[in-house]
Amino acid sequence: MDPTSIGWLALPLAILGGAIRVSTPFIFVSIGELITEKSGRINLGLEGTLMLGAMAGYAISYLSGSPWLGVLSAGLAGMAFGFLHGLLCSVKRVNDTAIGISLIVLGTGLAFFLGKPLIEPKAPPLPSIALGFWSSVPQVRAALDVNALFFVGIALAFAVYVFLNRTGWGLMLRTVGDSEDAARALGFPVLRVRIIATMAGGFLAGIGGSFLSLSYPGSWSEGLSSGQGIMAVALVIFARWRSVNALGASLLFGGAGALGPALQGIGVTGYYYLFNAAPYILTLAIMVASTSRAAPFADAPGELKLHR
Amino acid sequence: MTLKPVDRRSVLQMLAAAGSAPFVLKSTVARAETPLTVGVLYSGSKQDYGFNQSHAQAAAALKKQTGIKVVEEERVPETIAAQRSMEGMIRQDGAQLILATSFGYFKPHVLEMAAKYPDVTFAHTGGVWTAGMPENIGTFYAYIFEAQYISGIVAGHMTKSKKLGLVAAKPTPNLLRSINAFALGARSVDPTIQVQVIFTGDWVLPVREAEATNTLVDQGADVIAAQVDSPKVVIETAEKRGVMSCGYHSSQADVAPNGYLTGAEWNWITPYLVYAGSVRGGKKPEHYLRAGLGDHFVKNSPFGKLVTPEARAAAETARADLIGGTRVIYSGPLKDNKGNVVIPAGIMQSSNDRALDGINYLVEGIIGQV
Repeated sequence: MDPTSIGWLALPLAILGGAIRVSTPFIFVSIGELITEKSGRINLGLEGTLMLGAMAGYAISYLSGSPWLGVLSAGLAGMAFGFLHGLLCSVKRVNDTAIGISLIVLGTGLAFFLGKPLIEPKAPPLPSIALGFWSSVPQVRAALDVNALFFVGIALAFAVYVFLNRTGWGLMLRTVGDSEDAARALGFPVLRVRIIATMAGGFLAGIGGSFLSLSYPGSWSEGLSSGQGIMAVALVIFARWRSVNALGASLLFGGAGALGPALQGIGVTGYYYLFNAAPYILTLAIMVASTSRAAPFADAPGELKLHR
Repeated sequence: MTLKPVDRRSVLQMLAAAGSAPFVLKSTVARAETPLTVGVLYSGSKQDYGFNQSHAQAAAALKKQTGIKVVEEERVPETIAAQRSMEGMIRQDGAQLILATSFGYFKPHVLEMAAKYPDVTFAHTGGVWTAGMPENIGTFYAYIFEAQYISGIVAGHMTKSKKLGLVAAKPTPNLLRSINAFALGARSVDPTIQVQVIFTGDWVLPVREAEATNTLVDQGADVIAAQVDSPKVVIETAEKRGVMSCGYHSSQADVAPNGYLTGAEWNWITPYLVYAGSVRGGKKPEHYLRAGLGDHFVKNSPFGKLVTPEARAAAETARADLIGGTRVIYSGPLKDNKGNVVIPAGIMQSSNDRALDGINYLVEGIIGQV
């Protein structure tokens, strides 16, 4: 077999490769948002946090020469933004959705402004692990060139599951998110828990952003995010506030996103607008299929203002 | 030294002083000499490695001309904000020439501003002036597909797999014209060459552009060309995968030092100077200005280090033929990729032929669909 032509096999390979390459930012942002929403607040500003993280990660990687330091700084920048959101929303009668939207604008604006001198320089990218070493087919090797952050993301999903369901702090977080009154009666510091949960969410979203600029596609530009932060927030609802589901949803979304280009690549040239919409159609279909009329918000944290 | 407490009155005084300073300064400058002030609007970032950057480079070259002052604003949305930006340039900076570089600025924003300020000249990229529109509007564009044809010839010489990949945004007539020209250039070298096109569906989608590039490389393409707003990601991804690449809009050579072959670039400084000249000469602007390689409206990036002497020579010959008119890119017999004859034998559609404006097909040898 000609090693450069793998025909139809390219499709599953592209979906696998796409799931691995594209899903990482979704994993980080959606799990970050999940932690925030579990505390009873929604942070729509993660799109802005993602951009800020992408810019900060690229900047620090470029200046220090260490991409991992870049990832850390991206997380810290995101955490600062989460702190801002948490603090502002702690003022009485401040709407968290509105603050989130203003933080999208602030975050992207700040990232564009500070990122101006970063468009041309080349920052050292995050190294990837060549898991395809066993194969002689270059396509397989390329698809299995996996970034370490991808594995961190998978581990994170399970760690968050354990944290939420098996630890005292997790219980406290869920209580604060489900019923503020109950949490107060138990003497939990409601505001502090929410601020910390939003900071944790921002930290993870910042790391998700650094993946975009330091790994895939792998450079800083102003069109980098194109709405991925918002999609990741929507994935949390899709995953019904369960971290392992959020991981699955992110993988599904990444893999389905590869469908559009991959089908055109193997010669299915028509209907590409439809195939490019595959992730959204799939998400919608699963949501419709999994709705429950009896208890539509059974899994949603009780304090979340989505359905009031 | 003691600091005076800042009260409302002193703040107001400071604000008034700061506010009037520019006017004082401006009137002195105006008395000394009258430079031509040109206002440039961009829809995106000036540093996008793409379309906006090609305009920004021309604006920077314009700035170096003596007696020309340039004011710029980037990321101006194609909304009423464009009118506000133009009005600001005219009233505050005294701009006599407005260069509106994005397609969506034309209707209604440039049309309305041109009617409101008849003494100012407006030049718009890509619009089409028709009779009845204000006389102080010029529209200009460039035949970038001629440069893309040259890129196709270089790619056709360099490919070993005989398969080229192209990542494009949307199947608009302007893009289709360039995609076809790229394929025709490559297939003039070797008619067995195939060009595979992937449309991403929008102008800026970095992640999907990277995915498309990876898919094309997986399918065996060894030269990747890009026709998206900012080809940086495509060229970078191609470089990472170790294949060759051809740029678009402006040069992306520095993101792919190994694999960058050449690219089709706009050379906007030529039309800019045409309009600056007509404003200075007190003449009406050229309403419909279109030109290609021969008039230096477009150019190719300098050849990359991989490009062989034969490929260079072939590209130079083709360039001379195109300029001399002995070679016409769209000449019959030409079939589309469904087998229909789109240009019959004996018919030649030269670059300025308006029949090419509504092009809606991909030529034979392209794998893709409009």
